[in-house]
Order: sequence, then C-alpha cells, then structure tokens
Amino acid sequence: MTQSFRLPEGGLIDRDRRLGFRFDGRDYMGYAGDTLAAALLANGVHLVGRSFKYHRTRGILSAGAEEPNALIQLGEGARSEPNLRATQIELIDGLEARSQNRWPSLSFDIGAFNNALSRVLPSGFYYKTFMWPASFWMKYEYVIRHAAGLGEAPRGRDPDHYDKTFAHCDVLVVGGGPAGLAAALAAGRAGARVILAEQDSDLGGSLLGTNGTTIDGQPAAQWIAAARAELAAMDQVTVLTRTLAYGYFDHNFIAMVERVTDHLGEKPGHLPRQRLWKLRAKQVVLATGAIERPLVFADNDRPGIMLADACRTYVNRYAVRSGNKAVVFTNNDGGYTAALDMAAAGVNVRAVVDLRANPEGPATERAEAQGLHIMPGSAVVGTSGEKRVKQVRVGRVDPGSGRALAVSETLDCDILAMSGGWSPALHLFSQSRGKVVFDEALGAFVPGDPAQGAHSAGACNGAFGLADCLAQGHAAGRDAAKDAGCKPGRDGARAPEAENHGFLPAQWAWEVPSDKPPGRGGKAFVDFQNDVTANDLRLALREGYHSIEHVKRYTTTGMGTDQGKTSNVNAIGIVAKTMGREIPEVGVTTFRPPYTPVTFGIFAGRDVDGLLDPVRKTPIHSWHEQAGAAFEDVGQWKRPWYFPKPGETMHQAVNREVKAARDSLGIMDATTLGKIDIQGKDTAEFLNRVYTNAWSKLAVGRCRYGLMLNEAGMVIDDGVTARLGENHYLMTTTTGNAAPVLAQLEEFLQTEWPDMEVFVTSVTEQFATVTIAGPNAKPLLRELAADLDLSTEALPHMAIAPGRVAGIDARIARISFTGEMSYEINVPASCGLALWHALMTAGAKYDITPYGTEAMHVLRAEKGFIIVGQETDGSVTPIDLGMDWIVSKKKDFIGKRALSRPDMLKPDRKQLVGLLSENPEEVLPEGAQLVERVLPKPPMPMIGHVSSSYHSPNLGRSIALAMIKGGQARMGQTVLAPLADGTTVTCKVVSPVFLDPEGTRLND
Amino acid sequence: MLVIPCPHCGPRGEIEFSYGGQAHIARPKDPEKVSDAEWADYVFLRDNTKGVFLERWCHVHGCRRWFNVARNTVTYEILAAYDAGAKPPKLDYETQV
Ligand SMILES: [Zn+2]
Repeated sequence: MTQSFRLPEGGLIDRDRRLGFRFDGRDYMGYAGDTLAAALLANGVHLVGRSFKYHRTRGILSAGAEEPNALIQLGEGARSEPNLRATQIELIDGLEARSQNRWPSLSFDIGAFNNALSRVLPSGFYYKTFMWPASFWMKYEYVIRHAAGLGEAPRGRDPDHYDKTFAHCDVLVVGGGPAGLAAALAAGRAGARVILAEQDSDLGGSLLGTNGTTIDGQPAAQWIAAARAELAAMDQVTVLTRTLAYGYFDHNFIAMVERVTDHLGEKPGHLPRQRLWKLRAKQVVLATGAIERPLVFADNDRPGIMLADACRTYVNRYAVRSGNKAVVFTNNDGGYTAALDMAAAGVNVRAVVDLRANPEGPATERAEAQGLHIMPGSAVVGTSGEKRVKQVRVGRVDPGSGRALAVSETLDCDILAMSGGWSPALHLFSQSRGKVVFDEALGAFVPGDPAQGAHSAGACNGAFGLADCLAQGHAAGRDAAKDAGCKPGRDGARAPEAENHGFLPAQWAWEVPSDKPPGRGGKAFVDFQNDVTANDLRLALREGYHSIEHVKRYTTTGMGTDQGKTSNVNAIGIVAKTMGREIPEVGVTTFRPPYTPVTFGIFAGRDVDGLLDPVRKTPIHSWHEQAGAAFEDVGQWKRPWYFPKPGETMHQAVNREVKAARDSLGIMDATTLGKIDIQGKDTAEFLNRVYTNAWSKLAVGRCRYGLMLNEAGMVIDDGVTARLGENHYLMTTTTGNAAPVLAQLEEFLQTEWPDMEVFVTSVTEQFATVTIAGPNAKPLLRELAADLDLSTEALPHMAIAPGRVAGIDARIARISFTGEMSYEINVPASCGLALWHALMTAGAKYDITPYGTEAMHVLRAEKGFIIVGQETDGSVTPIDLGMDWIVSKKKDFIGKRALSRPDMLKPDRKQLVGLLSENPEEVLPEGAQLVERVLPKPPMPMIGHVSSSYHSPNLGRSIALAMIKGGQARMGQTVLAPLADGTTVTCKVVSPVFLDPEGTRLND
Repeated sequence: MLVIPCPHCGPRGEIEFSYGGQAHIARPKDPEKVSDAEWADYVFLRDNTKGVFLERWCHVHGCRRWFNVARNTVTYEILAAYDAGAKPPKLDYETQV
C-alpha cells in the first residue's frame, strides 16, 4: 500500500529512512520519525479498534498520550505488550502491531451485537447484572469478557531486562515544550542541577505540531535546537527524552520511566529495555501542557472523527493529511488554526461549523480572510458512516431554546475535526495533592495552590498563548532554582518572546445542542474508551448517584487505561448542568498514577532470578554440594535437607541419618543458627527481661535454654545462651529469626532501657558451627581435642569451654537438640570447612554420618522439642507448650503480664501433645485438622491440628506433635483426623516426649 | 516516599527506615499492678491522629538508631525529629491540622 495521504514535503520525518511495518497482518510503509498512528493515517488507515462495551468501530482520535481508542498490542508471546497507544508508539522497521479490542476481526466483529443490545447495557450494567440471578450473569460473562477485553497479558516470562536508578536534582522540569524549555534554561542558567523529562522522542512539545511559529524572531525549530544545545552544554543539566514522569508522590518524589531501546530497530544487549527513575527533586516545574477536548454530540465516535489539533499535528509534524474532505466543528477560535493548516496542506475543508453565534478571534479572522466556509451558531447533530465518517448533519442552534433546529445542511466528508476547548494536564499536580480550581473563562480546571514544591507553567497552568507559556516557564524555572537554594546567576535574561494568542474566545457547551430529545438520535459519547454516553451520566444521576466519584464508578467514566484524559471535564460539565449546579460544586475526581500505563518490568528491574534475594551459604556449603545434599531454603540460607546416597529415596536417607545419630555418630552443619554476641555489665539483667526464665545465677561457662515472648505473651523465639565471661554472653536464635531478634533487642535497649550497659552484635557469619551427636560424639571429640577435659565434671551437659579442636581455636558447647550426647563446636567461619573435614576424617571409624534438617526435625520430635514457627504460630504461650518450668514466677519479663490475662487461663486453649496413629505405618499430613467426631461432610467442629509428623526409625513407627484444645487433659483419649482423600486416621493423644523421657542418653 | 531526617545521619529516603508506631508509649513500670484493660491498652491500642503525630522510626539500613518524628498525617510534612527518650519539641499541634 502506498502512503497516499503523505504530503509531498514537510514534516519532521526522515524521508530517507523508509520503515516497513505490519498492522493486523497487512504490510505498510512509513518513515523514521512517524508514530504508528501517523504511519497508519499516511496509509489511509483510520479503523484501529472496537469500543469496549458496544464494539463500535473506532479510529485514531488524538496525536498523543490521551488517546482512548487506538490501543495496540505490540509483539508476540513473551514480548507482547497490551494497551499501548498508537499515537505514542515510535515506528521501527518490522514493527508488529495488532488492534486489540476486536473479536474475531476488526472489520467483522461479533461483539457489535452489544451495540444492537445497548438498551440492556446501560450505565451500571455490571453492577446490575450482579443483582440478577447468577445463571444470567454466567451467560453474559463469557461473551462480554471475551469480546470486551483490553488487550492480552504476555505469555511466558519477560525476556527483556529493566533497570532502576535513583537520582536527585535541584529542579525537575516535567515537559519539554516551550514552557518546559524556558524553565530548564532559566534554572540551568541559575546553576541549578536540572533534570528535564520529556515523554516524547523529541523536545518541543506543542511547537512540533505548529507551522510558521516564531520565537525571538526565529523559527520555532531553530529556537528548540538552540535551547537543546544550550542545555546540553550545561554539565549540571540532564535532558531525558522518551521519559515519562508518571507519578508524583510525597516529599517531591517523582517516578519516571525512560524508554531506552523500544524505539531502536537493533536493540543493544547491554541496554535495559526501560529504566525506572526514582527521583527526588528539591523543586518541580510542571510544564505538562494541555489536552484538547472532544465535543459531545450524536455519533461522535466514528473513525475519521478526530481532535482538531491532532489533525494539525499530523499535517505539520508528520506531513500527513488525515483525509481528503474535512469538516471542522469547534466552539473556540483554536479550531480554526487546524482548519487553516489542513487547508494549506491541500485538504478540502468543506466548512467550519462553529457553535458560537458570533465567531471571532485571530484565527477565525484569518479563516474568513482565506474564504473558508464558516457556519456560525451551528452544531453537528449527527454523523453517518460505518467504518469511516461519510456525512455530517448540521443544524442551526436556536439561541432562545439553546437547542438545535432541524438539519439545515448535510456535508460529505471523511474527516470531522472537533475542538471542545482544552484541559490543562493537571495529573501530576493533583497527585502531589495540589488542589485544582475551575477557571470560568478557560472552561477548565487549573492548578490552585501547590501542596509541595511544585511550580506550574504554561498550558498546564492555563496559559495558552505562546508568549505567556514562555514567560511562565522562564519565571517558574528561575523561581524553582531560587527555592532550591541556587543563587540567581549572571542571567538577568528575559523570557523568550513570541506572539500570544491561545484558543479563546470560546463558548462552552458540555453537550452539543441536538435536534432530538436527550438520548435519542444516536449515542453522544463522553468517554470513548469506556463507552460512556451523556445519557449514561444522566441515568446515573436519575438513579441517585450524586457524588462525581460515585457517578464515575457507576458509569466507569474516566476509568480505564486513559483515565479519562479527554472525557473528565465534559463529564463533570454534563453532570453539573443536569443537576443544575456549578462545576466547582461538582468537583473533580481524583487523578491517580500512572499518567499512562507502565510495564511491570520496571518495578522488578534487576531484582529477578538470582538477584531477587541474597542467597546465604555456610563455609561448609561446597562440601555439602559435593556430597550430593538436597538443600532446603531456610530464610535466605541454603541448608542441607538430607544427604541421599546413590539410589536412596529421601525417606531412606533420613531414616539412615536419624538412626546413625542415635546409634553411633551424626554430624550437622548448624552454622545458620543466629548468633548474637552480648556484652556489658547489665547483660544478665537484660536476659532476665527478654527471656521467660532467670539468668542471674548462670555461671561463667554454662549455658541455658531460653524462650522469648512478645508483650502479648506469645512465643516468638527460643535458643541457648552461653555465658562466656563475667559480662560476656553468646545468644543463639532460630535460623529464620536472627535478624528480627537482634532488632528487637536493639529496640529494647534503645527505647525501654537506655540506661542499661549492654551491647548486642550479630556474629552469625563470623562463626561456623558444627554439631556432632550420638554415643560416639565424645570419643571423637576426645581424639581431636586432646587438651580439653571432656569429663562430665569439667564439661557437663549445658556447659561451654574454649579449646582447640583439630588445631583450630574453638568454643565447645555440650548442648543437645537431639536428646543424644552432643557437642556444638564453634570456630571462626574461615576454619569451618577445615573443622568439618577433620571431623569427617577422624569420625570415619564411627561411620560418621552427615544429617540434614529433616533428620534433625525427626530427632527433636522424638524428644518432643518444639520448633518455633512449626509448633508455634504467634498464638502459642509457653504454658500451651507445657513449658511452665521455664517461666519464672518471680521476676518480670517481656510478655509476663499477658500470661495472667483471663484468656490465657482458659482450659480449652490449644496445647502441645503427642499423637500416635492407630496404624503405626500411617504418617499424618502436617496441618491435618483434628476432630472428636467425623460428620458426613464439613464443616465439623475442629479441636486442633497436627504441627509436626514423621516416621521415627528409632521407634519403628510414625509420631506426630499436635496442638489440641485442652490437650493436656486429653492424654490417652482418641481423636480423629479426617483427611482430604476422605479417609479418617484414628490417633491416640500421648505425651509429646516419645523417646528417653528421663534424658539418660545425655549422660555417659 | 518520605524524606526522613535521621538525627544522626541527616535526611534519607524512607526505604532506609522501618516504622515503629506511636512514640512515648511507656512500658508500665510494674506490670503486675495494672489492670488487664490497662495492659491491653499498652500492648494493643494506639492513637489514630489526624494532624501532628509523634511516631517512632528506626534507621535500620543506616545507623540502626531509634528516634522520634513529629509528622503531620494530613500533609505528611515532617515537623521535627528528635532522640528517643527526649521530650517532644514545642509545636502548635492545633493549627498544624
Ligand atoms: Zn541514621
């Protein structure tokens, strides 16, 4: 297809670089510098989508971020991206684009049946259907969901990579149009560190779409080039194009997304696809421009009906005629500029239909002088044409009734360019919590007082004349630099000069007068993307929704991916008029980030795969890997789970490991246990306060087990603490809780007991810890630590001593989490692997067996030792665990007061018990619910749950721990575990200590 | 994202800090002497102030020190930062709202 709507010359495109692209399976050509929308229009393609609810044919409406219709799915498979606006997609060679809201195809669309059924799809349709019988909704849902989707999520993981960067600046300028450029120049000349962010591919903003504009006596393009060069020459100024400031958060924190390679045909591998900028600016200049408003009249949504200024932009920036025969429909002087530029480009401008009874203004006068056919006091009251507008019907507006009279003229056209005035782009200002006010003369909301250090300038501030834009931008840049603490520089420069007229005068009509009763004669769309008509708004008001926020939600006006950029002010105007209220009384809906949709990839950045979270490995990790260990994640740590020998199942390996630790000798890497070094003269008293038991009398060289509670009385951690010296202790915590416990101790010391002399330091990674357990632990250690007296008199259970093991300086603690005689050997982390090797070598004669976390769990469960986070879940007290023996009655400690609350004394609290299934082979699933009686089907009253469950090779049967209501009083009773597969396991409640209740195995 | 003025390190981004709730909640000196209701009040109940709120922050990814901040919960303006245990600065709590 040829670019038959491309002008022979002009535009900011590079005609030497022809680019091929594909849209909905057809091949087209465009030029570098085109957007997808411009290239489609150059090829005469207007029909680019189906509307959301009624599946009406829709065309390209705009030339920018506000586009509600031309939503595009780019790319395939994992690289597919939905909801992109054709008006912003930069054309690259080989671009694959699809219209996304169509089913089964764009030109034949079954969803259009919704249009015929529109009487049953009024506003609030979704809410109402939910109140119909459910079966009714199910029927509709399939078709509606299928037909009305807004693009597809990509399939598969994103193959591209993204970056995040932090930045700080004195002045952020958002928008690189005339106001933004003037601001950046003024701030930069004052020495401020400036970042200028422009969402477009080039600087210039609205100037890029104009023709014949001059600034300081030179063509706009030259002025832009000079500004670009001056900014580039300033070291402290950064200009970011293709960078959208999409969110304005607290304390001048602005989120921006930079499109780094999307516009490149060949994408360098070292560059991220996009980059998230997390920017903190001392001051912000908002120069975000304005968005033209459509006019609301019957059938105002056909392809070929476009915003007037967009038509002008396509002519001037892209050298594209939107069509051959145009009608311009306006309520302001600005619409005539588009008419003039289109006429100059060879478009047959049939007429300018002007709602104003007495058209006036500089552009109007030029159009009159050029002999354009002007129809004053007239309105477009209807259109026709299925896939492209073919005809418009024009009626005279009766000044008396304010209604349109019968059609006075019917005009053939293929373009209807409309201008309903302009809305400042207040999104960022509003996100910054600045309040907006309604400006009667402009017929638009403008910024009120800023809530943060924000300076609005130019069209977003209601200044539509070029001279005003430049003056405001200049002043805002200068003031922002000053407010950011920069001294005014040599500057003294004046603002750039230009002609100064905006789009006024205008005459506001939020809904165009019609020759038909309201709601008849075609749909008058307010919100194109959500298919909301003026009539839908009136219906919502009739049904009692009076707050604009409620009207928005009920009708969905202003929602969707465009967030009502073109529709909000018209909607508010229509609501106000219908309610007989003033627009400021109705107010505005909230602007939410992002300004336009952003991809999730930027939030993930590089935090994916191996970089998502640190992986912590012990110094002995390499040995475990070579031994073929299966690993388990415990927090960020990799811990050996079990060590299968060739051909062994997990069950076999764990059984072997468990038996070895009981029968001869097991060895475990316990390095991951949290270790906190505590020093200072008040440490014993500090431990008294943070643990439930007493610490004052713990002798040097002795260890004690402690339970830590929160102030609600619930168990949060446990572990053994050793007294190494007079004022020196070593606390161990559970692997997962090391950091939270340290933080908690620090908090107490700083905030509750600042007078205590106690210092806490994490030493988890400074030491490697190896546990040897079993009857042969002592013989092995005796061999490797010949200097150490291992007799029970010298080193009894729960004692610790310094010594050398295999020539390595060590602390040796005789403590046991297995119920066996066992030692924990702590050595400097760098010596951990050497210690392990020495123990493995010397232990060979005892068939020393490495065991993992699973065997450790079985060993401790045989002894009824709890694991915090497995038996406990934040709602379990020491009393519930049957650990009254460790709770001091005398001293205060964190959580003590809570233990005497009435709720804690209830006899039906869940308590720790052991469970033996009737069938010793049956291993209960952990998490299984327990009941007294099984009912035919759930729900049935539950009395508890299984917290730990294993096969115990030492007992030759299954064992389980459980938390059961009033469990300690149920000893010997039977409880039932109904399982998901329909079977029921019968269990007996027993003591949680299954093995060696007297603890004789701890002795020689 | 707030900028929080750590009294020890200077202004830093909120991501370096963790929040600690309302400040100046003293642990009862003798917990056994307070009623269940008073204890529940100490453990669970906090003000939900619209306006100037005195709250605790910890510079966890910095100096690890706890300190207090006076923050307007309406505007998010931070009016003061001061050491844990220190008296709050004199502020006009009424007009800040
Ligand atoms: Zn700090």
